[in-house]
Amino acid sequence: MAEPAIDIENLTKDYPYGFLQLKKRRSLESLTMQVQEGEVFGFLGPNGAGKSTTIKLLMRLIFPTAGSARILGKPISDIAMHRDIGYLPEQPYFYDYLTAAELLDYFARFHDFDAAERRERVERMLKRVGLESAGRLQLRKYSKGMLQRVGLAQAILHDPAVVVLDEPMSGLDPVGRREVRDIILELKKHGKTVLFSTHILSDAEMLCDRVGVIVGGKLQGVGAPSELVGLKAQGMEILFELPESAASATGGGELLAQATRTGDRYRLQVEESGLYAAMERLHAAGAKILSVTQVKPSLEEYFMHLVEADRAQAAAVEVRAK
Amino acid sequence: MTRVATVALNTFREAVRDRVLYNLVFFALVMMAAAILVGQISIGIEQIVIVSLGLSAISIIGLLISVFIGVGLVSKEIDKRTLYALLAKPLRRWEFILGKFAGLALTLAVNTAAMAAGLFLALFYVKHSIGRADTAVLVAVYFILLKLALVVALAMLFSCFTTPLLAILFTAGLYIAGLFVHEMRGLQAGMIDPVLGRLLRWISYVLPNFENFDVMGAAAHGRLIPGMLIAQNTIYATLYCAIVLVVAMAIFSQRNLK
Repeated sequence: MAEPAIDIENLTKDYPYGFLQLKKRRSLESLTMQVQEGEVFGFLGPNGAGKSTTIKLLMRLIFPTAGSARILGKPISDIAMHRDIGYLPEQPYFYDYLTAAELLDYFARFHDFDAAERRERVERMLKRVGLESAGRLQLRKYSKGMLQRVGLAQAILHDPAVVVLDEPMSGLDPVGRREVRDIILELKKHGKTVLFSTHILSDAEMLCDRVGVIVGGKLQGVGAPSELVGLKAQGMEILFELPESAASATGGGELLAQATRTGDRYRLQVEESGLYAAMERLHAAGAKILSVTQVKPSLEEYFMHLVEADRAQAAAVEVRAK
Repeated sequence: MTRVATVALNTFREAVRDRVLYNLVFFALVMMAAAILVGQISIGIEQIVIVSLGLSAISIIGLLISVFIGVGLVSKEIDKRTLYALLAKPLRRWEFILGKFAGLALTLAVNTAAMAAGLFLALFYVKHSIGRADTAVLVAVYFILLKLALVVALAMLFSCFTTPLLAILFTAGLYIAGLFVHEMRGLQAGMIDPVLGRLLRWISYVLPNFENFDVMGAAAHGRLIPGMLIAQNTIYATLYCAIVLVVAMAIFSQRNLK
């Protein structure tokens, strides 16, 4: 089996606190996981769960209390590893006295590109993140979303094999989010490995081959989104239209009471076995059936279940401590 | 070394685009104008007044830049998190520290050179000539620059492990203490407790000796400065800076960023 692109083993991080810094708060506990080459891996968790801590440990911005990690087979302490990785920090902030083009050129110099190649890459990246017209503007005049795009551009400027993105969708409008999603999918198409943290579950569901859910500093589950939530359908949803006049006249009041109404449209969840009977009753009542879809548990439900379980456990520990 | 130079040039660019730096240069020019004015009303001692005032202005402005910008070199990058994306590049932490130091040293060199040019212009304005004796002024400016490099290194060292405010206080405190190194050594001659005297003597050798860089009097009077002192001060400042920077690099290499 090929070596994983990112291999994390028992990574633990304690933060000292208190006046003498003698007390310790565990932010990450024995994290062990792998991200395979060419995979888009989503790192999910609520705020303060340990996502950014893990990413900062991988980038050597902070140092582990215990454990180790390797990226592309090299230990993270090896500076050569940084040639092949791109990193977008959470809520990125850059030198505001530089223009986006100057910033990208500055970062490109650390990868030993010659002047012509730097110029070509900078132009290409600015275009790719939709900043070609704002490239000569100082970064102090950029909005949060524009800074996020610059951050993304600097992360992929040198065509890295592994791209680590900390909350890449944060601060972006729907257009920006769509563009970031497209870039991640394009990176995947080119065989790059992408690890990104997010708490926007729909993005993870849409983009990721696998996700890891971290809660309270502990990894609670790893797998494909469909594996994690289970494939078994919870029922069927019927979307139908029913004019106001027909709705009041119909005898299917029981079904309508169960449905959720938005304007003239209704959504009704029924058991799979009762689907046809419900459809016949709706049809008889004059409803126009628009669609029928399977209802599956979402990643959000799975995520909330883990978060609530962690909170309950933390509360139980607190009660025992008292 | 290319990576160090890249960081250094960006640090220089930051300083150039920083309006505070321009204001300080403007302030220096005003000081020079004042020197000319004072020189005109100080009959017979124009050179002494102008050189003393000019060198003092260069020193004070340089010290303000060294301490305040020197402390901010590392702490600002951490506070604003501009360092995060940078350290994810193939750049070692010691290279970052060395580059930042070199960038501010380059800024100070350019700034000091501009102010020195202003001083020589003022000198030429009152004397109508520049002679060989005036090379002492040039040496005095060079010594100020060595002193400033040492202050930057100390400011960077402190900012690697403490808050910016404390780093400013520590650097300023160490600078002031370093101005009284000879006095500390003199104190142990029967004036205080022998143990305390020995301790002070030891401390005086560890403290940066800023007194040795002060040749303002000799420069103002046009006295030549011995080549031995120039060599000695150059070696002293280089070695002291190197030691301080190595300690700063060692601390910063182990530091957890926020």
